[in-house]
This record gives sequence, C-alpha cells and structure tokens, in this order.
Amino acid sequence: MEQKTKIKAGEGKQDLVITREFDLPVELLFKAYSESDIVEQWMGTKVLKLESKKHGSYQFETTDAKGNKYNFNGVIHGVSPNKKITRTFEMENTPYGIQLELIEFAKLTDNTSKLDIHVIYESADHRNQVLKLGMVQGINMAHNRLQEILGKLN
Amino acid sequence: MTPGAIADNFDSSRQTISKHIQILTECQLLKQEESGREIYYHFNSAKMKEIAEWLMPFAKMWDGRFNKLESIMKNYKSKN
Repeated sequence: MEQKTKIKAGEGKQDLVITREFDLPVELLFKAYSESDIVEQWMGTKVLKLESKKHGSYQFETTDAKGNKYNFNGVIHGVSPNKKITRTFEMENTPYGIQLELIEFAKLTDNTSKLDIHVIYESADHRNQVLKLGMVQGINMAHNRLQEILGKLN
Repeated sequence: MTPGAIADNFDSSRQTISKHIQILTECQLLKQEESGREIYYHFNSAKMKEIAEWLMPFAKMWDGRFNKLESIMKNYKSKN
C-alpha cells in the first residue's frame, strides 16, 4: 500500500514535520486526538488521563507483548477545536528529552482533511535518537502484530 | 552529466545550479568524475537509498497508526 505519511527532517535541524491527508472530515480527525477512548484505539495505548483544554495534561501507558510498561506524558498548552493542539510530549525514564508538538488540523473538503505535526526536540541529537528509536519500534510493532496473528491461529 | 547540461534543464541561473550541485555533492548524493577538462556528475542512488531508509521506519510507524485512525473514525462516522 502506498505510504500517505510524509516526514520532513532537515539535516542538522532539531525539528521535523509529519504530514498526512485523511479521508475524514476535520471534525472527526480532531476528535481522534481529543477524546481518550478514540486515542486508545488508534495509538494502541491506555489513556490514564487526557484533558483536552488549555493548561490540561495527559498520561498514556503502553504495555508491550512481554508485559513491560512504558509511560508517556505531556502538558497541553492550548486547544483550538478543529484547528490546533499545542502540547509537550515526554517518554518517561528515557534520555530523549521533552518535545514540543504543534498539531494542526485543516479542512480540505467536507470529507477530507490534513494533519500537520511540527515536532521540536531539545537538540538535533535528541531528534536523531528518536528517529533511530522509530526504526527499533517499527520492528517491534511488526513483531507484536505477528505475535497477535500467530496467537489467533493456535 | 556536465554542470552545463544539468543547468540547461532548469530556468535558474548557472550560478544557482552550481550551488545546488555543490550541496548535493557535499551530501554525497552526486558523485563527481573528471574526464579531461570536463567534470561529470552522477546520481548516487546508494546514498539516496540510505537517506530514504533512515526515515522510512519512522514514517511507516506513523502511517500504520494513521491508517488505523482513519478506519476507526470511518466506522465512528457510520455509527453516528
């Protein structure tokens, strides 16, 4: 399947941009980011707390196939419905630092929308470490999925 | 291709093209080959692949998540 997600990461820069277009009205795309039960489903994580409002905060807890728990949290700086969420993101107990996320939602047509996530890291090194981690996670996720599928066969 | 032949394909000035070639060469995306008085530039596909592979897993991870988001919200739409 064609990859619809585009990543722009300039060499030596401490930020990156993730872009994706959806066959969804912008209101539904925004809901997927602001309502905890929906976030749980597509992020594959448990949402312990999600206050989608100015000065709100969130906490996620993800459990891998082996039962290891990973915690993520952040503070929500601002929410503009169907337009923008500004928040921080931290992977707890990791050296990756705190990242600032500017998440923008745009209406393209009544039934299509665009998501732009501008992520700013503490340094170019931090960004590159997270990109490397993506490589490892991608492989782990594929293994987990494989395990799920094989588990169903037994 | 020679810098002149490359520049002929663009509306930009030769000076601009030369600057672009210089940057692409520094990034090892172009390989230089001297032949007599001319310098030929070749596209380095191995390096391009390396750069694409560096970002690919990260992009794939997000693409997988977003595909899921899209299908969940499509169901959500039809239910409501």
